Amino acid sequence: MNFFTEIGQYFLFLRLTFRKPQKWSVFWRILLLEMYQIGIGSLAVVALIATFMGAVTTIQTANQLLTPSDMFPTQLIPKFVVGTVVSTSSILELAPTITCLVLAGKIGANIASEIGNKKISEQIDAYEVMGINSASFVALPKIVAGLIMIPSLIIVANFLLMYGGVLATKFTSALTYDDLILGARLVFHPEYVRIMMIKGFIFAFLITSLSAFQGYYTEGGALEVGEAGTRAVTRICVFILFFDLIIAQIFLGL
Amino acid sequence: MIEVIGLNKSFNDRQILFDIHAQFVSGKPNLVIGASGSGKSVLFKCLVGLLIPESGQILYENHDFLSMPYDDKLKLRKQIGMLFQNNALFDSLTVEENVEFPLKMFSSMSAQERKHRVNECLSMVNLVNSNHKFPAEISGGMKKRVGIARAIALNGKYLFCDEPNSGLDPLTSRVIDDLISQLTADLHMTTVVNSHDMKTVKDIGEHIIFIYQGKKWWEGSKSEIDEARLSNPELNAFFQASF
Repeated sequence: MNFFTEIGQYFLFLRLTFRKPQKWSVFWRILLLEMYQIGIGSLAVVALIATFMGAVTTIQTANQLLTPSDMFPTQLIPKFVVGTVVSTSSILELAPTITCLVLAGKIGANIASEIGNKKISEQIDAYEVMGINSASFVALPKIVAGLIMIPSLIIVANFLLMYGGVLATKFTSALTYDDLILGARLVFHPEYVRIMMIKGFIFAFLITSLSAFQGYYTEGGALEVGEAGTRAVTRICVFILFFDLIIAQIFLGL
Repeated sequence: MIEVIGLNKSFNDRQILFDIHAQFVSGKPNLVIGASGSGKSVLFKCLVGLLIPESGQILYENHDFLSMPYDDKLKLRKQIGMLFQNNALFDSLTVEENVEFPLKMFSSMSAQERKHRVNECLSMVNLVNSNHKFPAEISGGMKKRVGIARAIALNGKYLFCDEPNSGLDPLTSRVIDDLISQLTADLHMTTVVNSHDMKTVKDIGEHIIFIYQGKKWWEGSKSEIDEARLSNPELNAFFQASF
């Protein structure tokens, strides 16, 4: 299948998926389950990565900006600048993009292999024979759950990135808690949070819809299910980075 | 009655079904037989709407399934139950939940009524005390029974069974064949069974359609098959190879 055929098939899949659920009570139950699996199921990994990433970013930024050099004598750069760099990069890049790249591996592969497995074991055909819109039944709850839970995880990740930075100040004498928070407050702009949430929703949609698409069109056996998972993760990562660039250019490009 | 008129189906440049004309008799087990790769599974999938043929008609009680509006198609599909070759049981649901699934989706029954109907269907297929087991925890024969129970849960008019004996030992195969035959008679369903097992033909086949190299080669009743073999070398070869 060439690139343009696949793009066309993806949009046809979305058209099939975004239909009114055949039974709302069943849809709500599946949605809650998916929200739990995507949100609560990914909380630990997101928390761990965000905390460590926040700490590492703080230490490395402090090292680069506060280490004396011929070109930039230390005294010219106030220590709170580290806080401005850490908080801005957390809100704009680390929380939405890195978190979603991690979630692409966890949630994306999971969704693709789950739906792919349903496809090769004829469960998707069973839905169709019963008169159920199988694309909507298997993919819509996952996409909606992703759109609710992934931006929520990004918000949590953002707080934990700063918390990681705060933890790092305990282990270094180069920077204090007050310097970090002062810097973060000085450059805080609500527009940045809006951009973070826009990224969050777009990336959430990409993660869930692309992985569901790859799973839904799986043909073959166990090997192909594995390949669908890998293909889903690869494409999600590429599209996340591509849309990251587009959003940055639209909202922050000079 | 289900009637197939001039059905053609191909994949890319390879034609699989050639101008199939056939009738499936109401209220009886109809068997589609043929060697592996003869096109019977493709015909079967066209009948239930999983594949769209290039041309032809599939008439359910004189209404063309292929050209009917989407809503009518959905209504008709609720009349169709299907037992899949690999059972296609929902692996995250228990036996009880699998049978209850179509009732939850398409009926307005209360939870109590659904439970009653589930137990009724499971007892019809002689499967008791397995309600809370998952598909992975039951045997192949039991999975077939659950598949049949799910297929009849909505009390539909048509039952399709794709290779109901695949992967089963001869004794269990016989039991499943008898079950399909009995349910067809008791529930007055039109049953279509896709099989390459001549034992099934002998046991339950009331009306038989033999597919050979994508073409309908022979159609008739069980009593006619022995006579037909004499003048039909392909049917005879298939019959002989099965024993």
